[in-house]
Formats: sequence, structure tokens, C-alpha cells
Amino acid sequence: MQSTSRNFHHNVEDALANPNLQDSLAKLKVGFSERRRQAVERLPEFEALRDAARDIKNHTLANLDFYLEEFERKVTALGGHVHWAPTAADARRIITELCLSVGARTIAKSKSMISEEIGINDHLEAQGIAPIETDLGEYIIQLRREPPSHIIAPAVHLTKDQVADTFLEHHRALGFTQRLTERSDLVAEARHVLRQKFLDADVGLTGANFLVAETGSSMLVTNEGNADLSNTLPRMHIVLASIEKVIPTLEDAAVLLRVLARSATGQESSVYTTLNTGPKRSGDLDGPSQYHVVILDNGRSSVLGTDMQEMLRCIRCGACMNHCPVYGAIGGHAYGWVYPGPIGAVLTPQLIGVEEASNLPNASTFCGRCESVCPVRIPLPKLMRHWREREFERHLTPKAVRQGLALWSFLAQRPKLYRLLTGWTNRTLALFGRGEGRFRALPLASGWTRFRDFPAPESGGTFHAQWARHGGARPRP
Amino acid sequence: MVADVSSPPANNRPRRVALFVTCLVDLFRPSVGFAAVKLLEDAGCTVEVPPLQVCCGQPAYNSGDRTTTRAIAAQIVEMFEGYEAVVVPSGSCGGMLSRHYPGLFDDEPAMKARAERLAARSHELVSFLVDVLGVTSVAAHYEDVVTYHDSCSGLRELGIKQQPRRLLDSVRGLTMREMSTPEVCCGFGGTFCVKYPEISNAMVGEKSADVAASGAGTLLAGDLGCLLNMAGKLQRDGNPVRVRHVAEVLADMGSLPPIGEVGRQR
Ligand code: SF4
Repeated sequence: MQSTSRNFHHNVEDALANPNLQDSLAKLKVGFSERRRQAVERLPEFEALRDAARDIKNHTLANLDFYLEEFERKVTALGGHVHWAPTAADARRIITELCLSVGARTIAKSKSMISEEIGINDHLEAQGIAPIETDLGEYIIQLRREPPSHIIAPAVHLTKDQVADTFLEHHRALGFTQRLTERSDLVAEARHVLRQKFLDADVGLTGANFLVAETGSSMLVTNEGNADLSNTLPRMHIVLASIEKVIPTLEDAAVLLRVLARSATGQESSVYTTLNTGPKRSGDLDGPSQYHVVILDNGRSSVLGTDMQEMLRCIRCGACMNHCPVYGAIGGHAYGWVYPGPIGAVLTPQLIGVEEASNLPNASTFCGRCESVCPVRIPLPKLMRHWREREFERHLTPKAVRQGLALWSFLAQRPKLYRLLTGWTNRTLALFGRGEGRFRALPLASGWTRFRDFPAPESGGTFHAQWARHGGARPRP
Repeated sequence: MVADVSSPPANNRPRRVALFVTCLVDLFRPSVGFAAVKLLEDAGCTVEVPPLQVCCGQPAYNSGDRTTTRAIAAQIVEMFEGYEAVVVPSGSCGGMLSRHYPGLFDDEPAMKARAERLAARSHELVSFLVDVLGVTSVAAHYEDVVTYHDSCSGLRELGIKQQPRRLLDSVRGLTMREMSTPEVCCGFGGTFCVKYPEISNAMVGEKSADVAASGAGTLLAGDLGCLLNMAGKLQRDGNPVRVRHVAEVLADMGSLPPIGEVGRQR
């Protein structure tokens, strides 16, 4: 997918000026966090489960080569195939070749962020293969030719009215000429249209929430059941997943599933949890005759063993963005690439380069709400700070920020000079702010005063000046 | 060994406590510092203010400038050695000293040990009063309906939530009324608010609406950065809510003009 992260400031302006988006975000902010809160309240051991989930992921990452090999061995023994894709281009090539090998014309896709990451849809279309998104949200944004704005709710930026217009525009040719207003009618219409596409598809392409090394299974959770049709009806099933999706055992999967659904949507578990273990066996009534797993690296393995490794624990639940006040203000598209919100601010610089995505780890107040809800306890603010440190080392920090910082740090390391200057600043601001107690505009502070008044200091001098004046004591009334 | 500040010192000697004023309090709202001194003295401490203290280093730390941060942190560690406790009227600066300093010196064991000693003795003001000194009430009077914003670092790094509410409960005349999302960030974020002013404005705009909807006449919090941000927004919106640091009200200094206002009192 083409990134617009470089235009972050511009994206932000667009997002803040988009009333439909702001309507949708207002609902999202309350809905998701409230549902998670209730789910967590109902499960007293939730915090202990988060620890367990973190430990499972840490153990796996420390032994990633072992579990990936184990997974491959198991899949092969079952009659499936594992393909290693070091880069996005490799993954695109492998998938295209597989599709061409069975003469595929259409493929049914279930939601997969990795497929967005490698931009598979455009690539397949260019080869004359039609990818059909079968997740409702993905289907809507595919019709609108938009990227997803959230990792579990890709069309969350749209209002119901926008969806109604989109359906009318695209389904008219199929005989649906009425503009629908009820949510359930929209779903029914999409289901009707999609059903035929499932039946037509030659290949099913799905992502995976987990790859279970012990059994060679890929595991997928959905609320719509669309993945089950994508992987049972067509004759070839391709699973596309990244290296960190592997986990040791089914037992581990059980722990991770318990924190995943609650963190994501506040459900106890997702509606459908599907395990795919190899191709159709003789005697099976249905299932694909070919089963392939494409495992993507795309820059992930280079963080193993570094202070950034913790980002690979992510199980893509979306809780960090649901609770992020910055995401809540600007939505997912402003981040400019596949993964938005706090995890996006950490992953994107790794996957597409910190030059391109330099704004993302900076656009955070470090409020820490993301870390406080992350089911695998990823210290997202700390990782964003690491990116800022790398940007600073590589002189990517904007010049104005660097200069301001240089002056400030010069003073902060010279306390006596600092005192003189703060004394002067305090007196000047207090003097000029005397009338109202605040400023509506102030030189050098337009970033502040564009939107807020600037409170003037209290009169009487700085704390340290007053403390010294009173001989090392507080002034008493 | 770290001095145990949770039990009273032997022979009722007052505790020797250092106040880390913070650069914003020093420059904009000295009353917060004096309120902190009063609260600590009332609770039986002697308070000293190391004279050459400047800033905790967060502007550099959050901008990715580790070298400067370390230099500033080393300065603070040096200056605040030898006190039984270091008290900070800010969750964010308090969190910097107690949660972030040691990690700055991972490759310098001797310095790391000193930073850890400082970290173990550093406390945010209100949590120090309640959790360490066992203060359960204050002698203060404040006639208003009050809402309290939980500043992020205090809440999520230091676990400050009930402590200020417990003490506010003992203030005569004060009625507490929670806003709907007191735990959501106000959009200050240090340099964030000037680097991303539009996002910051959207965040503080929402906060300001939440404060207004609570119906409270006074907004309190424990961090001056957040307070300046929220006061600036409320006042730009023409909202008459008074904004104060929680320490002022607890120290019975609630008759001072609110933040960003002159002449206007209760
Ligand atoms: S970083 Fe944590 S909260 Fe965010 S999507 Fe990943 S697992 Fe979920």
C-alpha cells in the first residue's frame, strides 16, 4: 500500500474537517472502550491473563526460529506447503503464482491486514485476477476504493448513510435499486451479493490470528463467518501471515483468545473461531484440495533481540487505537498507512522507514492509555520514544524543534543563567498579562494561542525568587 | 539501603523533605509550590528547596534527546541526594524522577544506583501525603462544586486516583462532581501541544466540553501543564470555570485568583 504518512499534518487537517468521520469517531470512542471495560470487569483474572499472554509471546519470540520450523514441519506432514516471503514483493509473487497455477479468475478474501501491507489486491487485479473482500467492512471499503481505517473495523470511519449510498451506487447494476436505511437490510443485501462470489471463487485467501506450531494449524477468528466460506469452498486455500503469528500450542491459543476478543470488542469470544489444519483429507466432505501458508517477514526479524522487539507481541486486537485520544481525534487514515493508532506509530517506521513515518511516533502525548489496555502489555509509549531517539540521532527531528531544544537544554544546564531569564520572563509576562490574567496572542507561542488563551504568571516573581526573598521560607499571609 | 519513609522517623524528629518545584510552577504558579510547602509542614515535615534545581528533563527526554536528558538527570540526582524524600507537585515530573531516571543510566552502574536511590524516594505530592505520611484530612474550606481531571502520568505511572479525592472529601464546603471521562488525556503532552496544535486542540476541546457538562464551577488537577492547557481552552471558549491546582485548595489557598485570571476570586 502506498503511504501518505509523510503528509501527516495535511491528513490531520482533512480528518478534523470531515464531519462524517468525526461523527463515526465520536461513537467509536465511547462504544469500544465501554464494551472492553465491562468485559474486563466480568473476568477477575483478566490482569493475570494479560501477564500470561505477554509471557507466551515473549517465549515464542525468544525461540521464533524453532517454532516456525516446527510449524513448517507439521504443515508439510499434513500435505500442505509453507512458503517463506522475506519481503512484500516476494509474498505478492508467491501468491500470484499460486493463483495462476490453478487458473484462478476470482479469489475470495477474508480480512487480512498483511494483505493490505503487501498491497496484494492491486497486484492481483493487474494480473487479471479479481480479489473479492468478504468481510463486510472490507467489502464496503473495497467498493469505495479506500484503505481500512482500523485494524479490526476497517470501515469504522463511515456512517451508515455513506454505506447506503455506496451500496446503491454499486449494487444497482445487480438489480438492487432501492436505497436502504436499516443496518440489517444493508447487511442482508451485502450477504446476498457476496454469497454468489463465494461460490464463484477459485482460491480463498485468508489471514491468520495465530499459527499453531504444535499442530500446524492456522487459526482465524471472525464475527461474520466469512473466513469459513473463504477457506472451505474454493479448491485452494492460501493463508497469509507474518512471522510473529506463530505460537507454540493450542493451550497457548486458548489464553490468547481469551484476551483477544475481550480487548477487541468486549466479547467473551469472537463468534467464529476456525482452525485450518492442512488440505482436505480423503473422506472429508469438503475443504480445499491445496493448502498453502505464506509467511512474511518484511523487516520484522530485524527487531528481534533489540529494544524494539516488544512490538512483535502484538495480536492486533485494536484496543490501543480504541483508547487512543489521538486516534479518536483524527481516525485511522491520517496515519497514512496500513496500521494506525499507537501500534501503527510503532510498527510503521519499522516497516516503511522512519523517514517516511517520522511524524507518527511524535504525534502522541504519551498519555499511556494504550499501554494500560494492551492485552500483551506492549510498552507503546516507550517504543515511540525509542523512535524519537533514533530520529534525533539521525537528525530527522524538525529544525525548529532542534533549535528550541538546544537553547532550552543550554539554559537547563546553567541554573544561574536560567534563574535570571525565568525571573525576567515571569516579570514581563506578569506585567503584560496584568489586565486580564491571560493572553489571546503571544509572540513565539502561536501554536498555543491559535486555539487557547495563554495564562499569565501570578504576580510577585518566580517561586525561587520569592523563596529566596523570604529567606528560604514561604511567604505567610 | 533506602531510608524507609513509610514509618515515622525515630524520636519524632520531623522528616527532612526536599521540594522539587518544577519549572512550570516556578515560572507560572509559585502558589502551587507554597501550597505544597504548607501541606508538607502541616504534616510534620521540614521542607528544603535546593536552590539550583531547574527542570526534570522531560522536554529533552520526550524529544528523543537522550544525551541532554542524562546530563539534566545527573544534575538533579546530585542536587537531591541526602533527603529522606523528594516531593514533586506534579505527576508527570514525579514520574520522570521515580520511573524514568534509572533507565537513563543502564550503561553506568554507579550512576544508575544513585538514580535508583532517588527514584525510590521521589513522590508526587498528594500521594506522598496520603500513602506515605498517612494524611487523611486537611483543614481547608472551599465553597464550590469541583471536578477533578486525572493527569495521565500521575494516574497511569503512579497510580494516583483516590488520594486527591480522599483529601478533597475533607475540604469543608466542597462538593465533588465527576466528569464523564476524567481519565482521558487533556491534549497537553508537553511539546506535543505546540508540535501538533490541531490535534491537541481537538483533545482539549473535548475535555473542556466534558468539564462544562459536569456542571462544576471549579476544575482541579495535579499537574500544572494540563491545568494551563485546560484553563487556556476554557477561557478561550468563554467558559467561566475556575481552574486551580489541587494543592492550592487542599492548602486552604482557594481564595487566590484562579489560573489565568486576575482579581477574580471564589
Ligand atoms: S499493540 Fe496491543 S492493544 Fe494495540 S493492537 Fe496490538 S495487541 Fe492490541
